[in-house]
Amino acid sequence: MKIIEVRNLRKQYPNHVAVEDVSFEVAEGEIFGILGPNGAGKTTTVECVAGLRVPDGGTVQVAGLDPRRDRAGLRRVLGMQLQTAELPEKITVSEAMDLYASFYPNPADWSELIERVGLSGKRDTMFKKLSGGQRQRLSVALALVGRPRVAVLDELTTGLDPQARRDTWELVEQVRASGVTIVLVTHFMEEAERLCDRLALIDVGKVAAIDTPSGLTAQVGDEQRVTFRPSAPVDDAVLLALPEVRDVTRSGDQVVVTGSGNLAPTVTLALARQQIVPGDLRIERATLDDAFLALTGRKLS
Amino acid sequence: MTKMLVLEARLYLRDWPTLLFTIGLPLGLLLVLGLSIPVMTQAGESGERMVDAQLPTMMTLLALLTLSCNIVPAVLTTYRERGVLRRMSTTPVHPARLLGVQLLINLVVGVVSATLLIVAAAVVFGAPLPGRPVVFVLVFLLGTAALLAIGLVIAALAPNGKTAPGIGAVVMFPLMFLGGMWVPRDIMPDAVRAVSDFSVAGPFAQALKDAWAGQSPELGHLAVVAAGLVIFGGLAVRLFRWE
Repeated sequence: MKIIEVRNLRKQYPNHVAVEDVSFEVAEGEIFGILGPNGAGKTTTVECVAGLRVPDGGTVQVAGLDPRRDRAGLRRVLGMQLQTAELPEKITVSEAMDLYASFYPNPADWSELIERVGLSGKRDTMFKKLSGGQRQRLSVALALVGRPRVAVLDELTTGLDPQARRDTWELVEQVRASGVTIVLVTHFMEEAERLCDRLALIDVGKVAAIDTPSGLTAQVGDEQRVTFRPSAPVDDAVLLALPEVRDVTRSGDQVVVTGSGNLAPTVTLALARQQIVPGDLRIERATLDDAFLALTGRKLS
Repeated sequence: MTKMLVLEARLYLRDWPTLLFTIGLPLGLLLVLGLSIPVMTQAGESGERMVDAQLPTMMTLLALLTLSCNIVPAVLTTYRERGVLRRMSTTPVHPARLLGVQLLINLVVGVVSATLLIVAAAVVFGAPLPGRPVVFVLVFLLGTAALLAIGLVIAALAPNGKTAPGIGAVVMFPLMFLGGMWVPRDIMPDAVRAVSDFSVAGPFAQALKDAWAGQSPELGHLAVVAAGLVIFGGLAVRLFRWE
């Protein structure tokens, strides 16, 4: 069942068109990613979905509500974590949670929520004393305190160190497991690949493609590269004889095999039959970056 | 609503140094000036001493101008800059409520400051209490509302929390002068007093002082203050940005 439906969304600012034509649907319970380079129109798109901006064209429906006509209703079903929104410096974690809980008719148990985002030790800590990762987790908790059916998370992990980023990813997965539909805006390929069930690639205000992460990379083609250092000399012909192999090149003592299908197991098996051990074995396949490049002619970052 | 009010009040108190400027400074100046400068406690031609109405009125004006031109713009622009207002607009509660709560808290601080000034003037200098208490309270509320509206316009125009106090000071010092802080309105040159009559702070201070001294404020003065409230209130509504 779809919970968000966006049709031909258009949003123009005085000097430029931020969103030209964006359509997508989000199914209930999925993590839907919106991936694109900076300035592609991702944030404007979700701000229209969240009713923070009024679109110039197209329609948006969230849980059957029109954000323009039913702002109050929308705010009860949709929680949003904004890209850059802080809190007063001297407000404590529990004060902020208590205040935001009071905004909703049927709020979540906020002290349990604090625990879930891993901030139970920081209840009485002021906002200004929290680290970047802790602020983001508080931000997620605030977005969830109204028991929303949809949570929009905008650039959740930007500016976080790798450990904090991984912790935040885990949190997002937990939130989804609790039944909340998530719209995740990001420009990190790795994040989209790891978290999203489906994602929309957005470039200059338009949707370039919508698919699962593996579906998107498959669109680029199935080409893979296997590189290794053979423990003994290996004849190109042995490898080229394999149906999966298209090409073999060498750089120094390193062999680079390109091909498709079950390339890596086939190559290692063939080497094993020659009693050759492939050292420094690496397998490279197409990434979302490659998919984005192939679809738009532009790099993600 | 109550929760927000209590919390914002608590945050306000956590920044207690601002209270030194809005309550401590006017009260301290009243005591220091009144006790150290002989002319303040000498009866003038009309038999009235400076400490009876003029000085406490001016200190009240100082407190209210500090609140409206300095504290309110600083708090609101910081809230806007940090995205506090924007975050609130993602919830069912409109950020206008936070703005209303801030104004209410500042009004209360103004009331506390004025009350302390009245009590201190009476206890320390034997000054009379406001002679027309009801009129005094109404004038106080009207004038404070008008000054807070000016503060909201400053908050609307200031690009960020760092520039807001600067812009506030540029507005505040002329208003203090025109209000009669350094040259009492009675002895202002006619041309200056004519400007003062339309400065909101000038007619407000005059009306407040009149009510303190037991006289009826001039309707013209009240009309200018009310007009200020309408004009700056309207401007604030039109210009205020939530993000």
